[in-house]
Amino acid sequence: MRLSEHAYCTVSTIRGPLIFLDRVREVRFGEVVRIIPPEGEPLEGEVIKIDGDTVLVQVLGETGGLDTGSAVIFSDAVKRAPLSTGVIGRVFSGSFAPLDNEPPYIPERWGPISGAPINPVARARPQDFIETGFSTIDALNTLVRGQKLPIFSCAGLPAKEMAAGILKNARLTGGGRFVVVFVALGLTHHEYSYYMDILEGMQGGFAAFINRAGEPVIERLLAPRFGLAVAEYLAFCHGMDVLVLITDMTNYCDALREVSTAREELPGRRGYPGYLYSDLSSLYERAGRIRGLAGSVTMLPVVTMPEDDITHPIPDLTGYITEGQIVLSRELHQQGIFPPVDVLPSLSRLMQQGIGTGRTRSDHRQLANLLYRHYARGRDLRRLEAIVGRDGLGERDRQMLDFADVFERELVHQGEARRTVAESLDTGLALLQRFALEG
Amino acid sequence: MNGTVIGIAGPTVTVDLKGLRLYEIVLIGKAGLTGEVVRLERDRAVVQVYEDTRGLAVGESVRGTSRPLTAQLGPGLLCGMFDGLQRPLEKLLERDGPFIGGGSSASLLDSPREWHFSPLKAAGDLVTAGETIGQVEEGAFRHLVNAQQDGVLADLAAGSYSVCQAVGSYSDGTPITVCREWPVRRPRPCRRRLAPSEPLVTGQRVVDFLYPLARGGTAIIPGGFGTGKTILEQSVAKFSDVDLVVYVGCGERGNEMAELLEEFAGLDDPWTARRLMERTIVVANTSNMPVAAREASIYTAVTMAEYFRDMGYHVLLLADSISRWAEALREISSSLEEMPGEEGYPTYLASRMAGFMERAGVVETLNGSIGSLSMILSVSPPGGDFTEPVTQACLRTAGAFLMLDTSLAHRRHFPAVNWFQSYSLFERGMEQHFSRTVAAGWASARQRCRTMLQREEALREVAEIVGLEGMQEQDRLILHSAERIRLEFLCQNAYSEDAFCAPERIMAMIDALLDDHERLEGRLAAGETLEAALGGRELT
Repeated sequence: MRLSEHAYCTVSTIRGPLIFLDRVREVRFGEVVRIIPPEGEPLEGEVIKIDGDTVLVQVLGETGGLDTGSAVIFSDAVKRAPLSTGVIGRVFSGSFAPLDNEPPYIPERWGPISGAPINPVARARPQDFIETGFSTIDALNTLVRGQKLPIFSCAGLPAKEMAAGILKNARLTGGGRFVVVFVALGLTHHEYSYYMDILEGMQGGFAAFINRAGEPVIERLLAPRFGLAVAEYLAFCHGMDVLVLITDMTNYCDALREVSTAREELPGRRGYPGYLYSDLSSLYERAGRIRGLAGSVTMLPVVTMPEDDITHPIPDLTGYITEGQIVLSRELHQQGIFPPVDVLPSLSRLMQQGIGTGRTRSDHRQLANLLYRHYARGRDLRRLEAIVGRDGLGERDRQMLDFADVFERELVHQGEARRTVAESLDTGLALLQRFALEG
Repeated sequence: MNGTVIGIAGPTVTVDLKGLRLYEIVLIGKAGLTGEVVRLERDRAVVQVYEDTRGLAVGESVRGTSRPLTAQLGPGLLCGMFDGLQRPLEKLLERDGPFIGGGSSASLLDSPREWHFSPLKAAGDLVTAGETIGQVEEGAFRHLVNAQQDGVLADLAAGSYSVCQAVGSYSDGTPITVCREWPVRRPRPCRRRLAPSEPLVTGQRVVDFLYPLARGGTAIIPGGFGTGKTILEQSVAKFSDVDLVVYVGCGERGNEMAELLEEFAGLDDPWTARRLMERTIVVANTSNMPVAAREASIYTAVTMAEYFRDMGYHVLLLADSISRWAEALREISSSLEEMPGEEGYPTYLASRMAGFMERAGVVETLNGSIGSLSMILSVSPPGGDFTEPVTQACLRTAGAFLMLDTSLAHRRHFPAVNWFQSYSLFERGMEQHFSRTVAAGWASARQRCRTMLQREEALREVAEIVGLEGMQEQDRLILHSAERIRLEFLCQNAYSEDAFCAPERIMAMIDALLDDHERLEGRLAAGETLEAALGGRELT
């Protein structure tokens, strides 16, 4: 431990967001530094490489205006987040500065933002479901406490509206204190004002970290870590059930690529760094429950698939880490269906642990299977219909085609309305009964 | 030997310590982070640290340990769950709480548990290295304690000992314990290697019937996300006809490991009716645990597996997923600034992989018994594209290729093993074996089943064009029967009673399906319509 902060004026090189310092002693890897430019506000930075007495610092913010005479102050500590229940109901920027014109709260403690991995034997299996208000999720791809379930969207699809719907409507049916941590990355002003309206309309029960499109890229890497540090604190120190909604992970990955390239690291697929998988899992894997503790961290990241391509590295690696996925479809959106969730490629791997007697309803599993099976059959037949025409199909097949249409219009489509899980299941049951398929 | 840290870049730390050996373990800083020497240069050494280096400062001290990364081998391994460095995770939980911090040291040797040792030699006996001098029982397993050196035993006494207590000594004063150490990157020796000849029954119909595996063989299961790799691996772990399963969760989900532990704790081994956990060792290095330890985890696991093989057991190593190991290798390689090969993977990817997979096999052990080590590795190809380097590198050494198919998974057909692209090099030998031990008709049933599936594929294309109505009755019957084979035989629900299927039942099921088909064929030939022959059963 050093006794005081050390200041150096030995900047040798400035390159983009990176500065090199010479003749620096006893520096820590990951140490937070403050950089005093010739004029203007001090900047924050982080030590990302040390070679002897040469230190490489990544600046969090705009490096324009810096010169080699700028002083750099080493703090002897890694990046930490102020933790307190005072975070609830507040809106912060990607660097944890209040955006709601309120003063910062007094932290109960400080915690490292990157967190530590949960010991696998300490984990409790995710269970009990979270109601999102959307039938396609609640009835067919149930979200479970402690799960990470991404929404795969495409450019132009209403992922924003869906995220807002979940923000407003998500709740725990079993009771318990429920909080949504909302992390927004690279928002345009349009999106920003949209979400701010939603947040203002909510009566607490959330904490938001918002990074706008014009703000420093590096904050996009910090904001989710702040959000998760807060979520872990609320969950495991205060026993709350926390849902972390992150939009949009594609902006996060692009920021990571940008920073990695600036560091002259070897690019992997599509220019993303080779450690993209490990980096994403350092976020996603923070979801979970711990044996003997009350709270849970559940994650619902939104990923916009570049070029609508599910094999693009971002959705691909996300899918390998998360426990299922909710896939949005352009086709359904064009038919005016909201939310445009394509049920067939969507999947919740942990659904089994969230549904059934005592959780949702005893007939949930069977209903979901039947709906899925008949809809899949109807969708298959659509291809055949395109070739042989509707008249070329048997009576039964024509009925299945109708079922698929009604399924999309009545069960998938729900507009702005919020449905409880019972309502969702009843809608599904009514549908099966109408086509005499409930057996 | 002490030195200091002079450079840090992520998990790669440079130290100014002389006299280190390559692959020696060093302890770094006040926290005591574990690292492995990966490069020596003049007066400095590059160390790959197995833990998070955030907060480590330049100038902190470094200490060499004069030994490479080793695994402790002895009683107490069973039912255990370890991280990639063989630290018992239960112990870490007790000591550090639910989150894993840096610098925790815990090992098998910390366990106070005592084991009963029964000597097979007596004081005064002359023993040679490798000779069995006593044994310890753990559940159904018998740990052999072998002499580590030539010499005369000064004393050796029966009794209860913990793993680090001496059970006796040689005349030169060297103590004898029941626990052994072995460097994880070095294969354990055997007298000679034999060719795989016995089947490895997995209880999965599509595997045992169409693509059988052999004890001592290797298999890979590649598949995109959502194709059920993990569920298939776990089903195999539960039901395989082996003595011991070593399951490595390599860079995968933490929740999956929790699920596996919880589920295995409540299950019985279908072959011996003992608790399943009593034959299972789990190595868990989830995706957010440090990358370098992920790279080491498969070696730690295979060393434990070899230890049991050397005592004459049949061991199965399952790794989920080997792609994450390869990615760890890539990350380490790129932080060492090595020249990259295809897709950034180091050019030694294929040779490392082959070196690892070659540790599988049937062997005659040093004391003359027969043991085997089989491997089933899952592969996670990016974008589900099998032309990527990891799948290709595996294919060169793997004995079986069980390709998981995304379109089958979307149709909820599980296990989603594709029956056209998969293969097994053991198929001839195993077919003969099953024909001898299960039913004489095994080989011909296999042939008929495969023909039927191939015909279906061709006919399906026709059906897409002309519609079912336009097809001949015989062809529609084939579609009908093939669908039954797919749905009733190849599909297997991992969450039901059907999760395990013994070879005898496999034969009975496929026989019934094929007989049914033959009978219907006969009725069509006699002039009946398909509808009448099926007697109201729904046509597809």
